[in-house]
Amino acid sequence: MSAVTVRDAPSTVNSLTNGRLPIWAPWAMLLGSWAVIAVIFALLAASTGGEFNIVATLVLGTMVFDIVIFVLAYLVEGIRQAKNRLVTSLVLSAFIVALIPLISLLFTVVTNGAARFDVTFFTTSMRNVVGEGGGALHAIVGTLLITGMAALISIPVGLLTAIYLVEYGRGLLARSITFFVDVMTGIPSIVAGLFAFAFFSLILSDPGIRFGFGGAIALSLLMIPVVVRSTEEILKIVPNELREASYALGVPKWLTIVKIVIPTSIAGITTGVTLAIARVIGETAPLLIIAGFTASTNYSLFDSRMMSLPVFVYNQYANPGSTVQPYLDRAWAGALTLILIVMLLNLLARLIARMFSPKFGR
Amino acid sequence: MTTTAAPGRAKTRPADRIFAGSTIVAGSLILVALAAVAVFLIVESIPALLADPAQFKGSPSSFWAYVGPLAFGTVWAAFLALIIALPISIGIALFISHYAPRRIAQGLGYIIDLLAAVPSVVFGLWGIKVLAPAVTPLYGWLVDNLGWFPLFAPPVSGTGRTILTVAIVLAVMIIPIITAVTREVFIQTPTLHEEAALALGATRWEMIQMAVIPFGRPGMISAAMLGLGRALGETMVVAMVLSPAAVISFVLTSSQNPSTIAGNIALNFPEATGVGVNALIATGLILFLITLVINLIARVVINSRSAFSGAN
Repeated sequence: MSAVTVRDAPSTVNSLTNGRLPIWAPWAMLLGSWAVIAVIFALLAASTGGEFNIVATLVLGTMVFDIVIFVLAYLVEGIRQAKNRLVTSLVLSAFIVALIPLISLLFTVVTNGAARFDVTFFTTSMRNVVGEGGGALHAIVGTLLITGMAALISIPVGLLTAIYLVEYGRGLLARSITFFVDVMTGIPSIVAGLFAFAFFSLILSDPGIRFGFGGAIALSLLMIPVVVRSTEEILKIVPNELREASYALGVPKWLTIVKIVIPTSIAGITTGVTLAIARVIGETAPLLIIAGFTASTNYSLFDSRMMSLPVFVYNQYANPGSTVQPYLDRAWAGALTLILIVMLLNLLARLIARMFSPKFGR
Repeated sequence: MTTTAAPGRAKTRPADRIFAGSTIVAGSLILVALAAVAVFLIVESIPALLADPAQFKGSPSSFWAYVGPLAFGTVWAAFLALIIALPISIGIALFISHYAPRRIAQGLGYIIDLLAAVPSVVFGLWGIKVLAPAVTPLYGWLVDNLGWFPLFAPPVSGTGRTILTVAIVLAVMIIPIITAVTREVFIQTPTLHEEAALALGATRWEMIQMAVIPFGRPGMISAAMLGLGRALGETMVVAMVLSPAAVISFVLTSSQNPSTIAGNIALNFPEATGVGVNALIATGLILFLITLVINLIARVVINSRSAFSGAN
């Protein structure tokens, strides 16, 4: 016994880590496979005179990593561990693969959009502009008006519905509203646009109707279910003790809701509403149908065509003049503006949620 | 209303009734709106069904011959997108719920949610200007080497504006929604099940196979259906990226692609007149019905889930 322990081993073998890959091995292998593939691609690019393709490098390198780690783990650790490692690496690969389009998209939008992201872009419309110059003022005005109107319709309806579902709703009506709100979240946006068109062209008997208010109706159809769902979730987590304390003081139910329940959850409600606005502000298809496109600024929701920022991007891309580049530049600048607005709204929502969330003293 | 209220019952005030009434009105308004969508689409579709089909774009033999290729393209593109997106989304959901360190998991979730925040028209622009040129050489290689395989039959598209490119962009767009739903379900897996599996000596993957996947299966199915519903109705990417033709074809890499209902509406509606408008609205009605059925099934599956496990 003692002979065994005394025998001086060249390296201490830990029975717990024996027969296992070291903890840094997967990361080293991931970087290694990326490096190897990158070298191969660089050589290929140099020999054929082509461009070095970073996306293909990342994708192929990640695939190679999945195979290498499976084989190595199988040799060192056995089949069960090898399978485990394979799945771990695949799961990591899925995440990396999903990041590639996001990064590529943000990168292209920022680099291409910067060309026309200037003062002219925000101070002029496309009226009488052919070729270079011009801007998206009319589209930004339209987007703000249409989205604002949609919010004005959706927020009261969505809030009251959520209050009904949480505070009053029992039985068949409440259950069917919950169910159909869920179904409504799945309505394709273009169908909402077609509905607004069908509705107003029948009511106003104008077979070619285009106006901003119709766009607001279509957007609120998409926005209401989002507002209802997020508000409902927030109202549900308001502690019942608060309501009961209020009832015990003799406060009527509606005042309890207005003065106790809503102030407690106002941060969450605001977050949900902001996210809902961020969702509909980028909608293109319904506005293409019912609001149409125009080159001039239109401040009236109820009269004639109205441009919006997403439709502006689409229109600049789809109907360029004889020189394409200025139109494309405007499209990219519009896309950059749109992304910035959406990201800002998202950031705002998270900030509101963080700063104004109620602090329960427990 | 009696002035002598029964003992123990609160007095109903007018304000209470007004407030409760207005919430009921708002709730019912949603049901009315959904019904109105169906009614008005049907009313506006009827002229298209009665009209002479020669007036439609491309002069098809009947309305159904007009819708057929579009409906096929819609389902085919959405199906391809789902095939691509589902494994990736489940991988990401597992990564966030069970693999990533707890501290950074939420941040990773936000990053994936960022994808959902990008407007579809920007995805369209990216698809046509970045992705399509990037995949064109790959398609050339596929057709040259795998041209015997029916999905990659020659001739190859020279622009990359094929249904496969559309499906890739659609997949990127539906990844966030599928990930969000499956992540929620995976997180709800009873910890006791997971710990029991690990205590019996299971590796992490075996634990996921035994505890997480069976628990999350209904959630995964309904997430897939929700993603499918989103892909079916997506408009701008198809309108901007695809080079359409009125064909029914499974080939992924050709320049003759079946268009989708939504893409076709977006491309043709601005110039449509007369019965052409009604025809487009009728195709929209069909799209509405397809997505409605898919979403109904998904919701029924989700709602049936809460009852079945006694462990949570």
